[in-house]
Parts: sequence; structure tokens; C-alpha cells
Amino acid sequence: MTFMKSLLGATAALAVTAGAALADPAVIFDLGGKFDKSFNESSWNGAERWAEETGGTYAEVELQSDAQREQAIRRFAEAGYNPVIMAGFSNQTALETVAPDYPDTTFVIIDAVVEAPNVRSVVFDEHEGSYLVGVLAAMASESGTVGFIGGMDIPLIRKFGCGYAQGVMDTNPDATVIANMTGTTPAAWNDPVKGSELTQAQISQGADVVFAAAGGTGVGVLQTAADQGILSIGVDSNQNYLHPGQVLTSMLKRVDNAVYDAMSAGPEVETGVQVMGVANGGVGVAVDENNADLITAEMQAAVDEAMAGIEDGSIEVHDYMSDETCPAVQF
Amino acid sequence: MDLLTILQILDSTIRLATPLLLACLAGLFSERAGIFDIGLEGKMLAAAFLSGAIAFVTGSVWLGLLAGIAGSLALSGIHGLASITFRGNQLISGVAINFLASGLTVVVAQSWFGQGGRTPQLAGAARFEPIIWPGALTNIREMQQAGPLQQIYSELISGHTIVVYIALLIVPLTWWVLFRTRFGLRLRAVGENPAAVDTAGISVVGLRYAAVGICGVLTGIAGAYLATALQAGFTREMTAGRGYIALAALIFAKWRPWYALMATMLFGFLQALALRPDIIERTLSFRVQVQLLDALPYILTVIILAGFVGKAIPPRAGGEPYVKER
Repeated sequence: MTFMKSLLGATAALAVTAGAALADPAVIFDLGGKFDKSFNESSWNGAERWAEETGGTYAEVELQSDAQREQAIRRFAEAGYNPVIMAGFSNQTALETVAPDYPDTTFVIIDAVVEAPNVRSVVFDEHEGSYLVGVLAAMASESGTVGFIGGMDIPLIRKFGCGYAQGVMDTNPDATVIANMTGTTPAAWNDPVKGSELTQAQISQGADVVFAAAGGTGVGVLQTAADQGILSIGVDSNQNYLHPGQVLTSMLKRVDNAVYDAMSAGPEVETGVQVMGVANGGVGVAVDENNADLITAEMQAAVDEAMAGIEDGSIEVHDYMSDETCPAVQF
Repeated sequence: MDLLTILQILDSTIRLATPLLLACLAGLFSERAGIFDIGLEGKMLAAAFLSGAIAFVTGSVWLGLLAGIAGSLALSGIHGLASITFRGNQLISGVAINFLASGLTVVVAQSWFGQGGRTPQLAGAARFEPIIWPGALTNIREMQQAGPLQQIYSELISGHTIVVYIALLIVPLTWWVLFRTRFGLRLRAVGENPAAVDTAGISVVGLRYAAVGICGVLTGIAGAYLATALQAGFTREMTAGRGYIALAALIFAKWRPWYALMATMLFGFLQALALRPDIIERTLSFRVQVQLLDALPYILTVIILAGFVGKAIPPRAGGEPYVKER
């Protein structure tokens, strides 16, 4: 009898929690995992900031395979979570299928555009942020050769590389930019060993600053750069602390701000396309105590100038995804 | 293309080939004894995690290496139990080990270190440092000035971690054990005709467990090399398919130790070459897709398997659990 009672009690408690979950936001983390020290961690930071400030709770799931995407979105929508936030362009197809089925739920997708009345699509001007770190790389490089290491070879990563190369070339027209991609499968996001070898290969071609836009592979890039005594540039979230004094800067993509904004707005979050660029603090460069000695006043001034130029339109950074070509570098 | 560039590619080849070589020799022992091992990948991954974790906690890379070997041995034990004692399907057991390692490493790493399925960065004695041989140059500018012999010595021979030299020594050792000792003869026999070995009064089960155990030790070293020598810590799925490439290399090597060295060096060379598309373009004067180079190990293996170049004959009793009496 007592057992039965506690069982019933537990069921009732579950029902209550399920009720409380109504209108709570939900976050879906992409395959890299919540603590990838990069993209997903950034969205987790935003969610945590919201939870801390408002005392609210949110539901979350870390995807383990591509097959789970649609299922995860459906389950959150079904359970009444609102808004449902997902970081990662890979969710695009799944969301396109699911969004019309739940017209009362608002979805937020980061890094992709889904045309539906109940979806907010947040996209970043990564090429602008990459342009800024390119300016810094060109000024920090002594050899005049800088490197770019991408993760999986997709247009989005080329967009990073292209903006970076343009920033380098605008600052130092004689510079050489070496661009490599880790691979063409999702395994390319998690292959630090290959990241290391690519860095070694770029160093042997004379590179002394390397920008890694490669998820977990970037850990290997930053490690080897530190071991070999050259500078590296992190991506997405602030990675300066990984090797203090040896990471020149990080290209910040404020996924955390996007998640935070969406959660703060709640179910009434404004739908449509939201572009986060240099002008509205969506992308930027990280300067903190770990790299303060590396960024000279001159470099800081150059970055400020470039930011102002991008804002007022006097500097136009080429977006690779607009026409799938890159004038500054060949991939 | 100057000599130094070639040497840099070869240097990279050695680093990339070492984990393949160790895993390939591990598979060699296991498959020669009639136990197919598709779980090399998972064992390497488990070893990489444990070596990274223990090396960080104790500050000693050698304890890390031992922990990695222990973890890999534990998975080998499971594989042995499932496929030797309980006569289960060896492929299924291997696949299960891969899944187990892939999930477990991340979960345990997350609960121990809270860094999202990775171990903290290793530094100092918690890592295998490159060994600089006496008289070798380390500075790239000095090396450019040096003569060709000094370049070969400094770039190619010196400057690897101890694991690389150990791995290279294991090749002749494997050959000697398999082809010059009584244990090796019996081990090979157990993979060809276990009934004959049993008739001679030698334990088939014991021999197969020994082979699976050696396999565990070698994959343990391979995994530790990834996490503590090539990298400074474990990251999730860091083996990135190297266990499967090692299996391909094993077929390519026709289950022979010296061929295994050549096959893994060839695969490592292709991977190293893929890192330098600029050199390929300059040498051949046209652009070769990097993806093609990445796929070449598999393409070559298929060609070998199809019987176009020589013939790869696996051990005859491979994949068959041994049943004493029906």
C-alpha cells in the first residue's frame, strides 16, 4: 500500500512538473555538445545567464545524431515548451518540417533561415567578425603569412575564411593567406590530431598566426600553435584563456546574446530574420587579461577603425554565401 | 620542392602513422588468432580518455599510459568474454565496444571534469615530450642552413616522442614472436585450424585470450599516444576513424607485420600529403582534390580485397567461435 502511495505521489509530482514546464523555453544543443568551448557552449552561456537573472528554468537536450533533430523539436513543442531554441544550421530541414505543425509555438533557429510565420531566424555576419580578426592577424604576423583552418568544408566555414582573408589583405596587401579545411564529413569537427598536423603544415609554409574555425578540431590547432610558439585565433566563444598569452584573440559570435534575447522575450519573441553583425554587437573580437599584452594600442585602433568602417558601410566585407566565390583567397 | 619540405611531410607521416601502426599490429595479433576485432576504434578511444584523465590527475604520463592500457584491456576482456567464452558474434561484440567507448568516455569525462566530455589540458610531465637527439637542430631557420644529412637527422629521426620509437620496435618484435617462437606458431595455428591445436593438447581458449590481451595492450598505447603525445588531453571522438583505417591497413598488409609497417606508413603518407595541397599542385601542376587523398586508403583496400593486386587471405578460422564438441 505504501509503495502504491509513493508511486501515485511520484506520478502526481511528475504531472505538476509537466504543468510547470508550460511556456518554459527549451534549448536544443547541436552535435558538438554543450561544452564544446565554442558554439554550443556559447548558447549554453546565454541560457544560463537568463536562468540566473530571472530564476526561470528551461529544458535542454544534447543531440547525439542527425536522426534525433526532428524528434527533439517535436517533443519540446508537444510538451508545451515555448520558445524552442535550436543552435545550428543543421536543424534547418527538420524545423522546416516541424514548424507548420505547431503554429502556437515559436521557434528560434540560430545560424539558418527558415521561412515560417512562427520562426525567428538569427543569422550572424561571421564574415565581418572574421574580417576584424584578419586585421589583427595581419598586424601581429611578422612573416607576412597567416593561416586559416576550417572544420567541415561547408559554405558557412568558407564565409569565415573569406572574411578573414579580406581583413588580412586589406591590412597588408603583400600578405599570404593559407587556407585548409579539415575534412568533408562531420568528423572534421572533432579531429584535433588532424588540426595539429594542419597547423604544423602551415607553420612549415611560414605561417605565424593561425585562425581556427573548426569546433573541437580547433583545440588541436590552438595547442600546436602554443607548443610551436606561434599565435592562434579562437572562434565563436572567447578561447583566449586556453593558452594565455598565446591566443591572439577570439572571433566572438554572440550566440549567447541571441539565446538570451529569445529567452527574455519569451513566447512572444518577434519572428522573422534577425541579423546580428558588428553594428548590433552580434560579432566582435575578444580582448581580456589573457591577451592584453598581445594587442597593441595600434592594433586596437585599427580594429576600432575597421568596426566603424563596417558600420557606416565604407568597408564592405564580401559574404561568401551570397555568391559562393571569394576574391581574397582560394580554398 | 626542397629536401626540407619532403622531410616535413615524412615527419608528419610518422606522427600520423604511429597510432595506425600500433592499432594495426594489435588487430594483427587478434585476427591471427581467429578473433576479428572491429572494436579497435573503441579501445583506442577508451585508452585515450583514461590516459588523458589519469595523466592529468597524477601528473605522470607513464601512469596515464598504464591506465590507458588497463582501460583498453578491460574492453578486450569484454570482447574475449563475449566472443571466446560465450561464442558470440565477434563483429557484433566489436561494434558494441565501439558504441560503449564512444558514449562512456564522454559521460565519465563530463562527470569527472565537467568540461563537456574532455579532459583538462595536460602540461609538463603529464605529456610525452619529443625527444631531441644529441646534436639535432630544433630551430627551423638553422635547419634550412644545414646540410641534407643534418636535415634528415634533425627533422626525421630526432624529435619524436618515445612512443613512436617503441611502435617502430614493436614491428620486428611482432615478427619475431609470431614467426620465430612456439607461442607465435600456436597463435597462428589457432587462427587457421583451432581443432588441430586442441588435439595437440593446447588450450585454444587460453591462446585466444592471450592474443586479445596483446591486442588490448597495443591499442592502449595507440590511444595514449593520441591523447598524451600528439595532443594535450582527450576530446570526444578524437580517434576520428583511425581504428577503421588500421583495419583497412591490416587487410592491405595481408596480416603480416612488416607489410603492416609499410601499409600504415603509406596511409600516413597519404594523410600527410593531403595536408599540403599546395605542394601537390606545384609538383603535378594541377589541383588534386584533398578528398581523393583522404579516400585513397579505402580505395586501395577495396582494390586489394577484390584481388587485383595479389591476394589477401584472412586467417581461415577467423570470425568462427571454437566449439570443442557438438
